[in-house]
Amino acid sequence: MIYEVSNLAIIIFLFIVGLVLGLSFYFARKTKSSASYYAAGGNIHWAVNGIAFAGDYLSAASFLGICGMIAYSGYDGFLYSIGYLAGWVVALFLVAEPLKKLGKYTFTDALDSKFNSKYIKLTASISTLIVSIFYLIPQMVGAGDLVVPLLGLPHWMGVVIVGSIVIFIVATAGMTSTTYVQFIKGTLLVIFSTILTIYILTNGLSLTPNDNYHKFTQTQALITNDTIVSTTDPAFVVKNTRVVDKLIFVKLEKDGVDCWYKLNKKEDKATLEEMLYIVLTPNGEKLYNGAPKSENKFYQVGHLSKIVVDGKEVDKTGPVGPFEFIKTIEKSEIVRFSKKAFTDGEDKITVWYQNPTKGEDVMKPGLLYKLSKAAGASFWDKLNFLSLMLALFLGTSALPHILIRYYTVPSQRAARKSTIVAIAAIGFFYVLTLYMGLGSMISGALDVESSNMSAPLLAKTFGVGIFSIISAIALATVLGTVSGLIVASSGAIAHDFIDKYLQVEMTDKAKVKAGKMAAVCVGIFAIILGILFKGMNVSFLVGLAFAVAASANLPAILFLLFWKKTTAKGIAWSIIVGIVSSIGIILFSPTMYDKYGLIPKDAPIPLDNPGIISIPLAVITLIIVSLLTQKENHTKDFSK
Amino acid sequence: MLHKPATNTGTDKAAAKKAKLGVKMFFVYTLVYSGFVLIGLTKPEIMGLELIGGQNIAIIYGFGLIVLAIIMGFVYNYFCTRMENKMNKN
Repeated sequence: MIYEVSNLAIIIFLFIVGLVLGLSFYFARKTKSSASYYAAGGNIHWAVNGIAFAGDYLSAASFLGICGMIAYSGYDGFLYSIGYLAGWVVALFLVAEPLKKLGKYTFTDALDSKFNSKYIKLTASISTLIVSIFYLIPQMVGAGDLVVPLLGLPHWMGVVIVGSIVIFIVATAGMTSTTYVQFIKGTLLVIFSTILTIYILTNGLSLTPNDNYHKFTQTQALITNDTIVSTTDPAFVVKNTRVVDKLIFVKLEKDGVDCWYKLNKKEDKATLEEMLYIVLTPNGEKLYNGAPKSENKFYQVGHLSKIVVDGKEVDKTGPVGPFEFIKTIEKSEIVRFSKKAFTDGEDKITVWYQNPTKGEDVMKPGLLYKLSKAAGASFWDKLNFLSLMLALFLGTSALPHILIRYYTVPSQRAARKSTIVAIAAIGFFYVLTLYMGLGSMISGALDVESSNMSAPLLAKTFGVGIFSIISAIALATVLGTVSGLIVASSGAIAHDFIDKYLQVEMTDKAKVKAGKMAAVCVGIFAIILGILFKGMNVSFLVGLAFAVAASANLPAILFLLFWKKTTAKGIAWSIIVGIVSSIGIILFSPTMYDKYGLIPKDAPIPLDNPGIISIPLAVITLIIVSLLTQKENHTKDFSK
Repeated sequence: MLHKPATNTGTDKAAAKKAKLGVKMFFVYTLVYSGFVLIGLTKPEIMGLELIGGQNIAIIYGFGLIVLAIIMGFVYNYFCTRMENKMNKN
């Protein structure tokens, strides 16, 4: 997709970046001690911290990823919103206050508070680093995706720009500047998402998303002896057909240009329907709908094919209320664009064909996660769904960059209150994701190459102004979350590993310097990963980070808090088993096989989400090892 | 090589009672959440059934889980604050 660059978008983006950098300069002068670098001195007000929590949590995955998933898969994308929020219940009821009491700067501090164990220091710092990096990848991918339409720069440059700004933010003022960046970003994100939702509802539903929306053509196919010989439009010449998963794609030639259509057979009628397609030739040339990208022949898509209000079909609805919007979509029919890839000679073809879907199917689970027998759900499909919902529920309270925010407030009461503020802000935002996602689905706003861009492109259909603000906020979203992740990672390296595990003698000033250097290294690593993982849905990637966190960290936290027989070795081994099993399953999953260029069906483990296996494994390991090492269980509360 | 908290939070005499309440409320929410997952796994077609005001079960249950988390958060805070004020008076 080719995007026109908007000067307003650039100005707003530069303003936000300027604001963020200004804050970093301001707080840099105050960041002299390790307490202020890692925990903002423990003096942040609970209300500010609550919104900063929301800022930390509402990452690219929430804004870009979930909206994109809903735009393509309907309610299944909303499952992420439900699961992500439910995770905060675990954080509030079980983890918030005890963790605040036990820890100092990092999650490792809390885990190690009763044991003073080298095993815990090492494994927990590695786990923090791995989870943070897993979480960093989608943020950087999202940054690259955003910069393409916002600034007209290539994906990799977006990743580099965001990475560099974040390294600067963290390396100057650590947790203090990160907290205020998150606070500003969290506030702006909720406010402007509300405005965008109001736009969607005011606009209502229409069969014609906008005046420039592409009108998809059709032609009748003439079939003899089960072979397409010609079409009713004499301008088309039939060249070839391909059958992929029972779908028939037909290669036609018009005015010397090859184009791909989909054959739809209904009773005795055979219709060829226009699709979006990309052809990758053996010499590396990429043709979008038969032409180079610069010719702009690749359209934004997504529309309603039928709108039903009170049992009657209408062309448009006019402004609708929030419940009426959902109800009307449920009764209507939406044209989604589904993807298939195949080869034609030496050419690699990717097509997005029109897939009319009943609104009632869009508004319940099943388009992405096959659950019913009618949809052909297998045992593994159901296990995948269960695994995802489990990881989302248990992952939040195991994310190191979220947990370290408990150390920025002065008391346990403040930790609890800030969690409740976070739940309210995040919950409200997640309700909005359903409207933004569905709005994208029906507004001709979808770029089939990047589901992540659905919400910003939806904003663009309402005007460049709102698009510029939304995109700039989305970039700030990435900046904020990446800052938090890099603080967590630098804490794992400099505080947990170098200071506590290796016990390198350092002055407080040197500790801050080590933290900053670690932040720079992690930042550079994140930039590289962001470039390598281009094109993946960010919410899916974050789902994996949740699974690793829930497997490696949560059993350790909960057993430490609620089971007296827990030992240091039990915690350490549970972390190791959690990390190895979850990452192992991910690496051999169908999605990763697809990423390697292999056939997903050949993946040895047919699970995309590892939680259902890796979390119980980590729990069992913790129990067994703890019971076997009871003689070494001389716990002491080192936090006092 | 001790790990002291970033700030001195003092002794909280209500900690044990709050923890008990937290565990109870966690189980209540987990039960409701499990119900949602269970329906999705065993009877996904139920999710599409219309319940109130033209909204199906998937929407009402999904929104309900989000709203319930917020309400339970406020209720939990109310009781915890009351316990803290009462037990930490002296």
